[in-house]
Formats: sequence, C-alpha cells, structure tokens
Amino acid sequence: MATRTQNTRANHKWGMVIDLDRCSGCQACVIACQAENNIPLNDQSAFLDGRAIEWIRVERYWEGDYPDIKARFLPVLCQHCDNAPCESVCPVYATYHNNEGLNVQVYNRCVGTRFCGNNCPYHARLFNYWEPVWPEELRNQLNPDVTVRTRGIMEKCTFCIQRIRRSTRGGKQVEDQAFNPACVQACPTDAMTFGNLNDPDSRVSRKWEDERAYRVLEGLGTNPSVKYLKQVDAHA
Amino acid sequence: MYYRRTLTDAQINRELLDVVLRTPMWWVIIVSILGLIVAGAASAFGFMMNQGLGVTGLQQPIFWGFFITNFIFWVGISHAGVMISAILRLSQAEWRRPMVRAAETMTVFALMTSLLQPLIHAGRPWRIFYWVFPYDWARGIWPDVRSPLVWDPTAIITYLTSSTLFVYTALIPDLAIIRDRSTGWRRTVYGILALGWHGNPRQWKLQGIAGILLSALILPVFVSVHSIVSWDFGVSLVPSWHVTVFAPYFVIGAVHSGVSAVVTLMILMRKLYKLENFIWEEHIDAVARLLIVVATAWLFFFWLDLVFALWLREEQEMTVWHLRLFEPPWSWLFLVFIVFSYIIPVPLWMFRRVRRSFTWMLWTSLMVNVGMFLERLIIIVPALMRKGPWTFTYDTYRPSAVEVTLIVGSIALVVLLLMLFSKFFPLIPIWEEKEGQKLIDDVRVGDRVIPALVKEH
Repeated sequence: MATRTQNTRANHKWGMVIDLDRCSGCQACVIACQAENNIPLNDQSAFLDGRAIEWIRVERYWEGDYPDIKARFLPVLCQHCDNAPCESVCPVYATYHNNEGLNVQVYNRCVGTRFCGNNCPYHARLFNYWEPVWPEELRNQLNPDVTVRTRGIMEKCTFCIQRIRRSTRGGKQVEDQAFNPACVQACPTDAMTFGNLNDPDSRVSRKWEDERAYRVLEGLGTNPSVKYLKQVDAHA
Repeated sequence: MYYRRTLTDAQINRELLDVVLRTPMWWVIIVSILGLIVAGAASAFGFMMNQGLGVTGLQQPIFWGFFITNFIFWVGISHAGVMISAILRLSQAEWRRPMVRAAETMTVFALMTSLLQPLIHAGRPWRIFYWVFPYDWARGIWPDVRSPLVWDPTAIITYLTSSTLFVYTALIPDLAIIRDRSTGWRRTVYGILALGWHGNPRQWKLQGIAGILLSALILPVFVSVHSIVSWDFGVSLVPSWHVTVFAPYFVIGAVHSGVSAVVTLMILMRKLYKLENFIWEEHIDAVARLLIVVATAWLFFFWLDLVFALWLREEQEMTVWHLRLFEPPWSWLFLVFIVFSYIIPVPLWMFRRVRRSFTWMLWTSLMVNVGMFLERLIIIVPALMRKGPWTFTYDTYRPSAVEVTLIVGSIALVVLLLMLFSKFFPLIPIWEEKEGQKLIDDVRVGDRVIPALVKEH
C-alpha cells in the first residue's frame, strides 16, 4: 500500500497580481520565462503552425475606435485556478491542485489526451507536438532545476515551482519577496507582484484587495489565483 | 404484407454457407486490397509515433481533430447493433432476421476501431494503459473517476463485452451447422466453438432465453454509451459544447448513422454474397421507414441545440455558431452536412420506389454517414477555434495526410474485419432464417394446405 508522507509544508497560498497600468507589453516576462523554464525556441514556423510554446504570453488588443484607439496589453499565464477546469477532466491525475494553491502538472503521468488544454478557457496549457531541440551552443544554458519535457505531453506555467521548492525546503515559511518567479523578476516596470496570499501583510495580499483588481473570465467561476489591476486612463 | 418466399432448409444452408465453405476469388482480392490499406494506415501510425503528433494538423487551441471525430463516428455506427438486434428483437419485428448478425458484428468491429482512436490520438500511446488500468498501485495513483475520459472506456468496454456475447450466443447453432459440414482441424475448432450444440429442445430454450436476456440487458447500454461519449463535450467548459441537450442529441444521431450504415452493409452484402433470396426490397423498405423517424427525431435535437444557443445569446457561443454557419470553409461543410444527412435522403425515403431500390438506398445511406462524420467535425473543431476571446486563435484546422490516411484506414479496417468474419461465419443467421421460414410455412389442416402465419410481418 502507498504510504502518505507527512505534510511538512508551511502555510502558503501562492498568488499573483498584475498591474496593467504599469504593463508596457515589452515581453521581458516572456523571454525570462523561456530561459528559466527550458522552453524550446519559438521560431517563425512554430508561430505559423500555431504551436509556439509560451507559458506566459502578452495578449494585445485594441480598445475604442480610431482615432481614439488604445493598445492594451494583457499578460496571460496559467491562472492557477482554485476551481480549475483542467484538473477534473484529466483521466490520469496528471494535473491536480496541491496544498499551496498551485495547479501542478506531473509530466511523467501525462499521456497526452489534451482534454485539459481544451477545457482551459485561458489557453494557458500547451502541448508538445515535437521533441524539443535546442541549437548545440544553447545546450549548456538549460536550467538544471527544470525538467525538459518530452513530446506528447502538456505543459504550462508552474509559478516557477523550482524556485518555490528551493526557498521553502524543509517546511520553511518564506519571507515576503524573498524570491520571485522569473517573469516577475524580469519585469522592468514592476507590474507583476508574486507572493503568499495567506500572509495578510505580503505585498501581493495588499494589492489583491485593490479596488482596480479583477479576474479574467470571472463569470466562468474558475476562481483564479491571478488578479489583474485594471488600467485607468488619466485623461479619459 | 410481405411476399412469401419459400426456401428449403437445404437451400438456406447452401446459399448462406457458400463463402464459408469455399473461397471465391473476389473475396481474396477485396481482402488483399483492404489489407494493403490497413497496412498503409498502420505505417502512418508508426510514422506518427516516431515523429510525434506534430505530423497532424492540430495546433495550439485545436487539441482535438480528426481522431476524436472518428472516435465519435465509430461509436455512433456501433449503435446500429443494439438498435437492430435488441430493440427489434424485443419488439418481435420479423424483418430484422437477415440483418441482426451483420448489424451486431459491425457493432463489435466498429467499437474495436473506435477504441483505437483515443489510443492513436494520445500524445504518448505507449503509456496509455494506466488511463484505464491502474497498474502502479504502489504509488497510489488511480484513474480520476471525475474525468469523462474514464467514463468513456467503461461504457465502451461494457458495450463491447455485451455485444460480443450477443454475437456469440446467436452464433452457436450456426457454428454447429458448420462443424457438421467441415472436416479435419476445422471441424475440431468449430466443434469447440459450438460448445457441444446438438439442437435439442433444452439447448434451444436456453439459447432463446439468453438472447432475450441479453437484448434486455443491453438496452440501458443503448442509452448510456453515446450519452457518456457526449459528456466528453457536455461537461467541458468549451462554449457550445457545454450544453445539456448533447446526450439525447448524440444518441439519436448515433442511431441515425448506425442504421444507415446497416443499410449500406446489407446492400453490399446482398450484391457480393448473392443473398437475393434473403435480403428483399421489403427489408430495406422497413429499415428506411425506421430511418425516416430516427432522422427526423435527430433533426429535432439538432434544432434544439441551435435554438438553445440562440436563446442564450452568450457571446462566445454565438461566435462559435457564427463560425459554423457563416464563415467558410465551415459554412460549406455545414451545408454539405445538413443536406447530406437530412435534406436529400429523408424526402427521398418518402417514396416507396426509392425505399425499395437498392441503388438509391445505397447512395442515400452512404450520404447520411458522410454527413454525420461532418456533423461531429463541425461540433468539435469550430468550438475549439473560438473557445476564448483571445486574438491568436484565428487560424483554422487542416487535417494532414497522416490523419486522412488513418481515417481511411479505420474504414478499411472495419470492412476488412467484416470480410474476414464472413469467411468463417455466415453473415446471415441460418437458424433465424429457418425459424422465419417455419413461421410462414404451409400447414396441412385436414385435406387443405393453408399458409400458417404464426406472426404478422
């Protein structure tokens, strides 16, 4: 019989707040994520085939009509929904919710039915159509803390779980801002805030209650762990 | 009222066992061609396993394509079996007799083929077994019973098991007939398969009871299998899949395509195996009348599906329906689908002359299945293309050569399996035919000979 290991983890509930007023759509988060998480290079053909893998992407859309038109940016990553639609449809428990509020993807268990990808309204889940390859000179830059995914399985944003694990090793309670996921760290305008939502004094908890805060596709009831702060135009 | 065609027992034996007892040249040729196509599809699958799913036309928002369409299609075809054999048997429709076994066998082979589809479609087919069978107990990892993808194999394996039992139970008396007419090792094999059948009254009684019991037990499966398959879509969050009408809509659609496939099969069988004495115009006529009802019920549910979407006017759902109805190539496919699966065949079936023409029925029944394949495609792909209000998804799905090969291969596989089955077992149940004959035989009452109509046809 399987034995359950005692839960030694500290009281964490990871969450993120993205301030759209600060986001300039520069895509630094996309590149940082790519480097940190061993994501294969997305060349032109990957985009043309619709098979580019981006754990975080910047959605650009237009608001208003010409000439009074504004470009808006929305960085979209896995929302780590508390009521995640992807989890209940996986036949092999390759994706489940852990006790830190993370929606976890177990690569070894995934058989690639891709139902989770269909059921994710945020399009945050991505499928490995090919075996990932890197140019020879980039082989040594792969992050040793992150699994290189094989073909035939789903993958998605993990909130940089390798950094979470490293900081919380041994059930340690983490101080606020002791570490950040790669995208948050790379953001030049400090638009993204990451932290422990169970700590009421953390930066992310304070922003969580902001009056501009909303969740994307809230009507679906997925209850994401990512909130966005609405952009407010000064001269609107 | 049917024509009464009197066939002697010897004639029934001779004509129905013709292909079983000797091997005609055309059979060898057709089987080799089909075998080649299946081998081609197998190599396409090998190529895909070797290269990865990148060789399909699937892309980021469209995770399900031709394979899942094909899965739904074959499960749909399999619904003919339970419809024809169980429902018509229980309702004692006499005209079912020549088609029960062909329909049931097609069910079994269609289900096997449909089970192959999720296997082909999965990203890592070599690890798929713990999807259904939890082998690594030590780690405490079990299949997630909340997932419709666990309900699917459960439903389909139940159906496959009961259908196989059904085919076998009905086959036993015929196996004994073949046993008595073969020699050498064949006699041994058929002898084992026939389970010591001698045709004594007790055996007949038990066989009859088993048939009725299985028919009755299979009835819930009739409702459950395609309902469960439809919940793959119904329980998801994808706009236009997330509807309650899907279960009955899928079930009746499955009967529509399945019974049409039986018509196609009957006509081809009649031509190839020279079964003119057994499959009559009246049989096809009766199935066509059944089809009119089924098709119209199906159209009603299709209409409900559309109306529910229009009623809600939910933005994302309207976007999906707009894509399906008005944007090429989907608008063209939609037109072909609705014209092929209802607008052309059903009004034609209103005419007695069409219902009794094998040529017309062959083409209209094939048409229905082309339409029904498109129906499943139109349900699946456009919904995924417009799943969310994101900007990067405005591309379409184009099936690759590998996918098309595998679809063609799956059709060839079902036909091949049916051809192989027909070599070893009669496609029309001999004992059912003889029983049918007995019910309409002449009887002598005093010095008069009168037709004994024990059962109304």
